[in-house]
Amino acid sequence: MAKLYLELIRMRFLSMLAYRVNYYSGVVIYGINIGAYYFLWGAIYGENGELGGLTVAQMTAYVAIAWMSRAFYFNNIDREIAEDVREGKVAIEMIRPYNYLAVKTVQAFGEGIFRLLFFAAPGIFLISLLIPFRFPATLNNWGLYLCSLVLAFLINTQINLLTGLLTFFLFRNDGIIWAKRVIVDLFSGLVLPISFFPGWAQTAMGFLPFQAINYYPSLIFTGAISSGRSWELIGLQVIWVLILLVPITLLWKRARNRLVVQGG
Amino acid sequence: MIQVQNLRKEFRIHQARPGLGGAFLDLFKRTYRTVKAVDNLTFSVQTGEVFALIGENGAGKSTTIKMLTGILTPSAGDIRINGYIPYKQREEYVRSIGVVFGQRSQLWWDLSPLESFRLLKHVYKVDDTEGERWMERLIDELDISSFVSQPVRKLSLGQRMRCEIAASLIHKPRLLFLDEPTVGLDVLVKQKIREFLLKLNETEHTTILLTTHDVSDIEALCKRVLVMDRGRLIFDGQLADLKEKWGNGTQVSFQMKKRTTAAELRQVLGRMPCEVEQVNDYSLLVKVSHREQMLPYVLSTVMASFEVSDVKILEASTEDIVRNIYSADSEVASHG
Repeated sequence: MAKLYLELIRMRFLSMLAYRVNYYSGVVIYGINIGAYYFLWGAIYGENGELGGLTVAQMTAYVAIAWMSRAFYFNNIDREIAEDVREGKVAIEMIRPYNYLAVKTVQAFGEGIFRLLFFAAPGIFLISLLIPFRFPATLNNWGLYLCSLVLAFLINTQINLLTGLLTFFLFRNDGIIWAKRVIVDLFSGLVLPISFFPGWAQTAMGFLPFQAINYYPSLIFTGAISSGRSWELIGLQVIWVLILLVPITLLWKRARNRLVVQGG
Repeated sequence: MIQVQNLRKEFRIHQARPGLGGAFLDLFKRTYRTVKAVDNLTFSVQTGEVFALIGENGAGKSTTIKMLTGILTPSAGDIRINGYIPYKQREEYVRSIGVVFGQRSQLWWDLSPLESFRLLKHVYKVDDTEGERWMERLIDELDISSFVSQPVRKLSLGQRMRCEIAASLIHKPRLLFLDEPTVGLDVLVKQKIREFLLKLNETEHTTILLTTHDVSDIEALCKRVLVMDRGRLIFDGQLADLKEKWGNGTQVSFQMKKRTTAAELRQVLGRMPCEVEQVNDYSLLVKVSHREQMLPYVLSTVMASFEVSDVKILEASTEDIVRNIYSADSEVASHG
């Protein structure tokens, strides 16, 4: 099985390379986003040394790393599943001796690694030249961050799987996919660190999986929290991965029974 | 090898109300209609058989194939193939089957078929040396070596379909499903594919099930035919029996040396249950429904009584038969 998954990652890697224009425009869009947030936060901070528990330096690092983390965990498999279902390609997937959702996850992982190497790594290097930016000081912190990042990828992918699986029941769910995208970007702390939300909102978001996607790994990266707290956050991520497995399994079972192959 | 019992599949179809007001009502309360796509299907198949599933569009062929391949879950009934229950043990089961959907590609569009074969070998964990030899044989016998390393999007339909068949056989399945494999192909490609399939069946004893609208496919490949109509199995048997059941019978055309009328011929044949038709003054057509018993009698009687210059025996083609089945009222067909 491992061999197959490696092969799938390789294929995804190859097809990502094939769409080069997409790749370049992606780098530009990420650059614009990070630049915009950098100047925006500069203006908001003004004379203040610290806001919401973060210094200006930590904030800029937070913005940069939040977007770089996104490069890794972000993927379009919800859209791909929706397309497979709508065009009836799911029939071909079902005659293969593998788990469809596992294969989708692995493909997303291939895409994630591609973006991490060719998007995030050069991007973060360029940014570190332009704006004051501190990498984690110790190897330990790096390890914690990568650990948290992989879990963030898993949680985001699980949410994408859930959104994609809804296509089996609704046939058209473009609206839900768009809404999900905005919600994840907002509630994961990409646009605004969670500590900047009002108290009641923070409490409510504590019961949702979204901040485990971006806020946790970014917080660990900036070094604003102790390593004990970092482990706590990673533990929470693991719990979310396990919780999200339940609805995915149930929905997948129901989807298999309800499957209608479109178009003959 | 294949055992199907009382197989049934129902779909719930949303019934849209007409007009703008109807569309508005649909937002709040939808009405559904249950459609029986497959109704009480029972049959079994031995290893090494080649058989066709035919029927009009919408007769339930594709739904049946999708249930047999483990894609769809039946509403009721049992399926057992190669010792597996397809929809329950899908991942183990699909290793023993190959599937070709004529209307849907399983090759990766941007990659060459060779790359796709490579990935499929990983998917099915095909043993390297033996798998390599088998793949070379497929490439050789399907005659695809000249274009197997071009991207799929640059291949013609005939080239692609041969690659699709190779892809479905990479793991040497014991059972091959072909869903309309020859749609839109030219005669030469069809011929190639048929020859390949026959050889495959002969040397590897692969069981082959195909659905088709092309009668020549059936004649070239299959001994056994299943006919479906509106979800039900209305015929299961040999191709020859199918002809007997739905054929218009055999027609004998007589060319006489003297002017002969239908009435004269009728008189000679006496009370034989056959139809006589006048084509022109010298030639007549006799329609016989039960070939074995009546044909010799008709021939000898007519030859003894008239001076005949030429005799032609016209047999109903499978194409005519299929047309008869498709156009027959389903009431008649199900009792027939």
